[in-house]
Amino acid sequence: MVQETVHPLSKYLREAMIPHIWCTGCGNGVILNCFVQAVDELEMDLDKLVVVSGIGCIGRAAGYTNADSFHTTHGRSLAFATGAKLANPELNVVVISGDGDLFAIGGNHFIHAARRNIGVKVICANNFNYGMTGGQQGPTTPLEASTTTTPYGNIEHPFNLVHLAAASGATYVARWTTLHVRRLTQSIKRMLQKEGFCFIEVISPCPEIFGRRNKMRTGLEMMDWFKRASVVENFSDPSKAEISTEKLIVGEFVNTEKVSYEKFLHEKISQINEKRVGW
Amino acid sequence: MSKKGVLLTGAHFMNGDIACAEGAIVAGCRFFAGYPITPATEIAEHLSERMPEIGRIYIQMEDEIASIAAVIGASYAGLKAMTATSGPGFSLMQENIGLAIMTETPCVIVDIMRGGPSTGQPTMPGQQDVMQARWGSHGDYEIIALAPSSVQEMFDLTIDAFNLAETYRVPTLLLADEIVAHMWEKIVIPTAEKIRIVNRKKPNVSPEEYLPFMPDDLVPPMACFGEGYRFHATGLTHDEHGYPKTSSSEVQERLVKRLCEKIRRNEDKIMRVEEVMLDDADVVVVAYGIVARAALSAVRKAREMGIKAGLLRLITLWPFPQNHVAKIAGSAKRIIVPEMNCGQLVREVERAAKETSVVFLSKLGEEPHTPMEILEAIRRNS
Repeated sequence: MVQETVHPLSKYLREAMIPHIWCTGCGNGVILNCFVQAVDELEMDLDKLVVVSGIGCIGRAAGYTNADSFHTTHGRSLAFATGAKLANPELNVVVISGDGDLFAIGGNHFIHAARRNIGVKVICANNFNYGMTGGQQGPTTPLEASTTTTPYGNIEHPFNLVHLAAASGATYVARWTTLHVRRLTQSIKRMLQKEGFCFIEVISPCPEIFGRRNKMRTGLEMMDWFKRASVVENFSDPSKAEISTEKLIVGEFVNTEKVSYEKFLHEKISQINEKRVGW
Repeated sequence: MSKKGVLLTGAHFMNGDIACAEGAIVAGCRFFAGYPITPATEIAEHLSERMPEIGRIYIQMEDEIASIAAVIGASYAGLKAMTATSGPGFSLMQENIGLAIMTETPCVIVDIMRGGPSTGQPTMPGQQDVMQARWGSHGDYEIIALAPSSVQEMFDLTIDAFNLAETYRVPTLLLADEIVAHMWEKIVIPTAEKIRIVNRKKPNVSPEEYLPFMPDDLVPPMACFGEGYRFHATGLTHDEHGYPKTSSSEVQERLVKRLCEKIRRNEDKIMRVEEVMLDDADVVVVAYGIVARAALSAVRKAREMGIKAGLLRLITLWPFPQNHVAKIAGSAKRIIVPEMNCGQLVREVERAAKETSVVFLSKLGEEPHTPMEILEAIRRNS
């Protein structure tokens, strides 16, 4: 008799929602795998986990996770997550979304969530373009890259996401690629145990939509780029964290402690009430 | 006013914004997110002081889009939540009002109407957001909007708005004008036993059996984050599991029609109007908000002059009380609709009035219609 085998991580997935929508060679599955691996290793209570996402390919990750999950409007995942975390600080609120969602349409929410230091953990899949809509230029598209809306090459300077996150006040900032499976998992674990606003950028292959217009037709070719160009430089200056065909600087850039917004708020509420007469 | 607890039973002298804030507190609002905007700022300012002292949450977000998104997040995390804004901010909120409709999120949105379009007249009154309230977000939906005419109603209707939001799992709008919001009047806050508070229906099945969007009498019971139900919610067209089903015409039809039907089939329970001297009226003024106060005065003066005038004051603007308008259209000769806009709700009145002629009185700019202006219109049309 052949015994039925169950994947050790399948309990973290909402199997009714699978098969997923992601293309061959896409890195989103790796990111989701590393995330649930981290949740498993930390033995987190799934009943207290909330996964929030915005719009885009990786936005479907929320629905694939067997926890409470919410798929918001485009760009608004962090504002939604702020409300949920403040309303119930016992929840572990994780935002998994893309570079376009978090840094173009949602850019304002990102810098303010980081500034406030709300205790929300963010995993950003950076695939350098808008995959879901067919490969348009976005806030992380490299200069001169070809996309469906930059047929003559991109003339906009991209954001350096780790520099932006660090400058905005995030207490944990890291960048990995989907090649760095173990390091990414460990990094997610570290982030999930921290108090304040945390950010991990994961450079993720998008061969079907981005790669094939930029001389990397397969997922393997994109992963080969990650392998060839990646340099781990932990706690180096995030402003100098280059992303180019020659060099991909990855690692942890920031790991500090700062009281979270929700803790600050609830301490304030207690102080106000202690002073009260007849409460 | 601070450090007195949740319910400030007794008589007070307050402005409408503060009365709204106090109404929200009494209704059980535990989360407020907003962004400063005239003439709604006093709601935020007042709640920034009141909410922490009763152990509740106030947060100023980075804009109105974030404010409504945070409100939806807080509501899904189990708290009654509210935001308050004016025209420009209300425009920014429209996409996420649609998200609240689609995910059936109970929440309250206060829009203190000023003069528009665009930045318009920040400190002046208007009734120009009435159609935006109804149709501002894309797609088909039904929404509830209440229009207070006094500071007392800013308090009372804010409580009603929360109760309706919780009953029907729908974002509920308090559509007030700048005058009602900034006016100071006496209000009476009742004792606790005289206030009705409604809380959302919770699931009474196990997490394994729970379907987050399976309606019970059109409205699905609502689990919240952290309660162990592990459900999914999305702005995409979804089935009863909450799972996206974006290519199914059957699922789309079932979902969107239910979202409309849960309001339409309960219109009689939702709708409220005030009827003044309508029984024998030849000329009826249909008005709402501060304009209804001037209209009441005009109707009384007309009666003194021997004209059979009456007032139908709309408290619920959406769903539109068309049966009430149709009823007066059957007996009255003329209907007069004064509004502080270029003609918004009057079109709904015309639709409901059918053959009866409807006269529209527009006023824009600085002040509402005076009683004399409305009286003159009554006299001309009697």
